[in-house]
Amino acid sequence: MVRAKISRLSDSEPGERFRIAKLDINDDIMKRRLLDLGFVPGCEVAVLQKSPLGDPTAYRVCNTTIALRKEESDHIYGERIYDGNE
Amino acid sequence: MAMNEYTIALAGNPNTGKSTLFNVLTGLRQHTGNWPGKTVVHAEGFFTYNNNRYRMIDLPGTYSLYSNSADEEVARDFIIFEKPDITIVVLDATALERNLNLALQVLEMTSNVIVCVNLMDEAKKKGIRIDTKKLAATLGVPVIPISARNKEGIDTLLKTIDSMVLGKIKTNPITVRYSPEIEQCIEKLIPRVKEVIGDAYPARWVALRLLDGDMSLLRAFQQQPLPSVKEVSIYACHGPAKSI
Repeated sequence: MVRAKISRLSDSEPGERFRIAKLDINDDIMKRRLLDLGFVPGCEVAVLQKSPLGDPTAYRVCNTTIALRKEESDHIYGERIYDGNE
Repeated sequence: MAMNEYTIALAGNPNTGKSTLFNVLTGLRQHTGNWPGKTVVHAEGFFTYNNNRYRMIDLPGTYSLYSNSADEEVARDFIIFEKPDITIVVLDATALERNLNLALQVLEMTSNVIVCVNLMDEAKKKGIRIDTKKLAATLGVPVIPISARNKEGIDTLLKTIDSMVLGKIKTNPITVRYSPEIEQCIEKLIPRVKEVIGDAYPARWVALRLLDGDMSLLRAFQQQPLPSVKEVSIYACHGPAKSI
């Protein structure tokens, strides 16, 4: 089985699911904020929809919808979940 | 007979029905305004139960108390500096994992906590079952299942509040353990923290905030009146170098 490639959350498209592997952020406040919002390593995120201009994007995480800008979702790394590799 | 007045703070994530509970308990005896110097709404209400009068503060809905937004500072400062007799943490039964983040943060700050699991009706509809007894045993504080909009569980909550202010409930909040490295630092810091700010604040929590580099908390402490005469004399000895 080929391991799924690590990608950025910001590269995922609506309808896809994503498992967070790590947050790579130097800005401590932003990191804390994302963790508090539920973007924790190991968590599954569903990409819901993009706003008309493509940014921000709405995500479903821990049973709540949270919108992130690209500058935030760029720092969240993980792998896309396909129905085959759960 | 003279009534005692107790203060209750209501904390919780946004959209957990915190304000619904606030309205159920205080009815029309409430007023709103802003927190001094901040554009954050301050809502305060009153109710009486079993010959005690309660002042209830609806804190801003937040996911955390650490991320340095004005809302979160208001909520944190109220719990630490105003020392409410009870802090009620309202959790959304349909998103417990997310909500417990805030509950654990509050439990690090104070032991006078009651956890309310709200929206139990909605959770039931979604097929979510919550073992509140087990949750209470794990968290070490009372956990009350409620449905604020249907006024379910409110009696039990009021009885629990009453027992807690009368000292009939002993809580034993869970202590979050960190990595050995962090725990060592906490151990070293606690005596120093107590030396500077006295026993009036939760030393372990303050030590953790210092390790996290929380400048906003340090600024908040500097605005507080000095806790003890002892400290004044210590710093007076050092002449003009008064910065902590």
